[in-house]
Amino acid sequence: MTDVLNTLALVSNFIIVPGLAYGSQLALGALGITIVYAVLRFSNFAHGEMMSFGAMITILVTWVLQARGINLGPLPTALLALPLGIAATIGLCLVTDRLVYRYYRQKRASPVTYLIVSVGVMFLMGGLIRFVIGPNDQIFADGARFIMKAKEFKQMTGLNEGLAIKSSQGVTVLTAVVIVVVLFWFLNRTRTGKSMRAYSDNEDLALLSGINPEQVVLIAWIIAGTLAAVAGTLYGLDKSYKPFTFLQLLLPIFASAIVGGVGNPLGAIAGGFVIAFSELIVTFAYKKVLGYLLPTGLAPEGLAQLLSTDYKFSVSFMILVIVLLVKPTGLFSGKTL
Amino acid sequence: MSFLIGENMTGGYGGADILHDCTIGVDKGEIAVVVGPNGAGKSTAMKAVFGMLSLREGKVLMDGIDITALKPQERVRHGMGFVPQTNNVFTSLTVEENLEMGAFIRRDDFSDTMAQVFDLFPVLKEKRSQLAGELSGGQRQQVAVGRALMTRPEVLMLDETTAGVSPIVMDELFDRVIEVARTGIAILMVEQNAKQALNIADKGYVLVQGRNRYTDTGAALIANPEVRKAFLGG
Amino acid sequence: MNNLYRNLLLFAVMLALVAVVGISQSWNVALAILNLCLISAIMTLGVNIQWGYAGLFNAGVMGFAALGGLAAVLISMPPVPAAWQAGGNGVVTGLAFGIGTVLVGIVSWRKTAHLGGKRYWLTALIAVAGYTLMRWVIDPAIVAVEAVEPAKTGFLGGFGLPIMLSWLVGGAFAAAIAWLVGKVSLGLRSDYLAIATLGISEIIIYFLKNEDWLTRGVKNVNGLPRPVPYEIDLQHTAWLQNWVETYGISLIDASSIIVKLCYAGLFVAVLVVILWLSETALKSPWGRMMRAIRDNETAASAMGKNVTWRHLQVFVLGSAVVGMAGAMLTTLDGQFTPTAYQPLRFTFLIWVMVIVGGSGNNFGSVLGGFVIWFFWIEAEPIGLALMELITSGMAQDSPLRHHLLDNAAHMRLMTMGLVLLLVLRFAPRGLIPEVKR
Repeated sequence: MTDVLNTLALVSNFIIVPGLAYGSQLALGALGITIVYAVLRFSNFAHGEMMSFGAMITILVTWVLQARGINLGPLPTALLALPLGIAATIGLCLVTDRLVYRYYRQKRASPVTYLIVSVGVMFLMGGLIRFVIGPNDQIFADGARFIMKAKEFKQMTGLNEGLAIKSSQGVTVLTAVVIVVVLFWFLNRTRTGKSMRAYSDNEDLALLSGINPEQVVLIAWIIAGTLAAVAGTLYGLDKSYKPFTFLQLLLPIFASAIVGGVGNPLGAIAGGFVIAFSELIVTFAYKKVLGYLLPTGLAPEGLAQLLSTDYKFSVSFMILVIVLLVKPTGLFSGKTL
Repeated sequence: MSFLIGENMTGGYGGADILHDCTIGVDKGEIAVVVGPNGAGKSTAMKAVFGMLSLREGKVLMDGIDITALKPQERVRHGMGFVPQTNNVFTSLTVEENLEMGAFIRRDDFSDTMAQVFDLFPVLKEKRSQLAGELSGGQRQQVAVGRALMTRPEVLMLDETTAGVSPIVMDELFDRVIEVARTGIAILMVEQNAKQALNIADKGYVLVQGRNRYTDTGAALIANPEVRKAFLGG
Repeated sequence: MNNLYRNLLLFAVMLALVAVVGISQSWNVALAILNLCLISAIMTLGVNIQWGYAGLFNAGVMGFAALGGLAAVLISMPPVPAAWQAGGNGVVTGLAFGIGTVLVGIVSWRKTAHLGGKRYWLTALIAVAGYTLMRWVIDPAIVAVEAVEPAKTGFLGGFGLPIMLSWLVGGAFAAAIAWLVGKVSLGLRSDYLAIATLGISEIIIYFLKNEDWLTRGVKNVNGLPRPVPYEIDLQHTAWLQNWVETYGISLIDASSIIVKLCYAGLFVAVLVVILWLSETALKSPWGRMMRAIRDNETAASAMGKNVTWRHLQVFVLGSAVVGMAGAMLTTLDGQFTPTAYQPLRFTFLIWVMVIVGGSGNNFGSVLGGFVIWFFWIEAEPIGLALMELITSGMAQDSPLRHHLLDNAAHMRLMTMGLVLLLVLRFAPRGLIPEVKR
């Protein structure tokens, strides 16, 4: 019996808890991608850098606050700085839209053109970010580190395996839940939100109904900017901030959006968790679990990993390939063409 | 003088002219039907009245006011309702949300209008929380018409609304059209099912190659032997 | 004819710039830049085939280039006998299992359509079983191979064939992977191809960084054999020693320059061949059809042209060219460094070259390759000089000054991004626009 409990603790510690946190971060990122896709109808390759920008501003403001001795007790100070980060990211999005994307909207450019343009924006933003904050690791988390420490858990339960819950993980999941609830309330219960869904569904009919396209675009960028800033900051709090990671995150985030069904907010959330948990499950070292569950002597020698941790990004890619082969519209039937 | 009239319209989509000196119009409470063979320019004429293509010559007047220069969205604010032939509902929104979007330009409380639409189309009330994309063809057309009615338009323009629906559904739709006309709304319809449409029409326009060929009351057109031979199958 | 003179002028200006570098800095530097310009030009040609002919966005150029580098290693390095003895059999058997699983999976997939939903489970089962079998065989073999003198070798080595053969093999590797990726993601939205290629190139790089038994991973493979003479050998030849006496050039410099010229000669030859092939293809009926498809896909497919199949052809061909250029790059470097293939920055630069040069025009691609690479390299000293100028008014040790100087390098990235956006907006046809026929 203790063996089963130990296994549960192990799995919770290395898969379930991190998966919830990482999945929330991916979900928020994928939501941003999917909203832009639904309304502006292109894949925004610059979204990773938007997340990076939001995190960067939050970090800079956090440092200012920390220098002045302002903090939030057990919670990370970054949460105080986050609203500024959000505002700055929204500003960046609107400026970019006005200077870059609007021209192509008026020209009714093809999706590929938007793609290349967003890649250009990505590099401009990326260079700017590295110029301001440098390419290195930045740590800005403070406050209580753990909600539950591994040792505490072991003492409480008497089990062999510890379960640690970092406060950043708790903050991530809570913030994500709040944001998602607000977003869905907005989309499903307000006139403006419904007009966005209508615009995404059928542009011509929406125009006929008197829906103002520029207003819809504005709100889409506000939402995307907010999501990006929050996702970037939470990821940075949980792991650490390094400009380069946001380039790598593009793949899992896009994979999440596509797996769930591009253009569908519910799909983005589902996709985020699918990808996060898959990554963790496939790269998990099952040696200890097998050690608990199998009779002694049958436990394997090596780590018993399905795939080494270095390949964790290839997991999202493989899932993406499988989805493209089997059901390109994704779990919740987004748009393919 | 008709309440809504597109007079001597000449124009096309940018290349060659499709309409040549074409006139169609409708009065309040009246049902005017535009019929003709394929490619006669029926839909084009309607779209011209709605402002979806620019006219080289001719003008559109509504209640005496020249609205030729107005964009379609502006004409909606003026009291025009337009039901396109295809893609005329928001498939991923519920029936109720479709109607809400129909009333988007209204700032007042439109629950009365919605109640009226539900009275007119009881099946919509039944399925108010269902996604419009899941409804049958005929029900979808009802949603489309309902959506256009939410602005309480003075003119309702229907572009081949009965295309592709079964005869029973078509009859039902036409019944509804008559009811809507009774409330005082002017109805301008383009139809493929010429005979059934002319049956309920107060005024009929037969267009051939972008020109008016026959203009008369619905009954007279049905009785006209030439019209019968050419378009009504004898 | 005006256009022809204009284009020739552009090329002449480009070469003049390289000469200026040669005179002001050194001919060694100038020739090094020239060689990389040539390779960039070939890569740009490959990408242009995909973009200009068919409107496909390949976000994974770097991965295909890396495959070319892999080919260079596998073809030219001598085999390591100890490693082969230790684990060669295991590796080969394991790979055979892997490939076998894929084949069995495909066959079973095709033949079991009648099973409906169960087909997915069956294929998954085959995949899992085959994968487990492969790992079971190959894992101990890999450990054994990597244990053989890890500091010096620790990998299986190659076939010991002439390295120029790898240029073709690199193209073949890239073509094979491109075929797989294209099969999965073409025929869907263009963004999906972009994301799929982004993904595959990341995986290729991870693979090359981690599978030490194949390429020594991050320990790199040095001392790749060369198709041109070594500087040391040249320095010992009598004719060269006499020559430098006459002209008063240092022996080391001269030998280095000659080696670079040899490479340049080889690269120019390849460039000319590929350019000629591309131009011929562009003007041929095949080329016309490709552009017709690109300009109006719906019309073309209504006429019965299988658009997806054509796109696949183009995607594979373009990737093959990129792979070849990748092999050439590794040959020039003389070493295979997986960490040098920085994602997207590599790919991104090539894209700037395509757009600035003139998408859809082969000569434009070549020019674009030259221009952008030149400015990318020269931007570093220029940018630094500019920064020094800007910060000259500041205190010597002000943190702002340090920060600006340290991060001057990132200005390059920003500038390139800006260049791309400006060109796309204001001069979308590029320096040498596509010739409308």
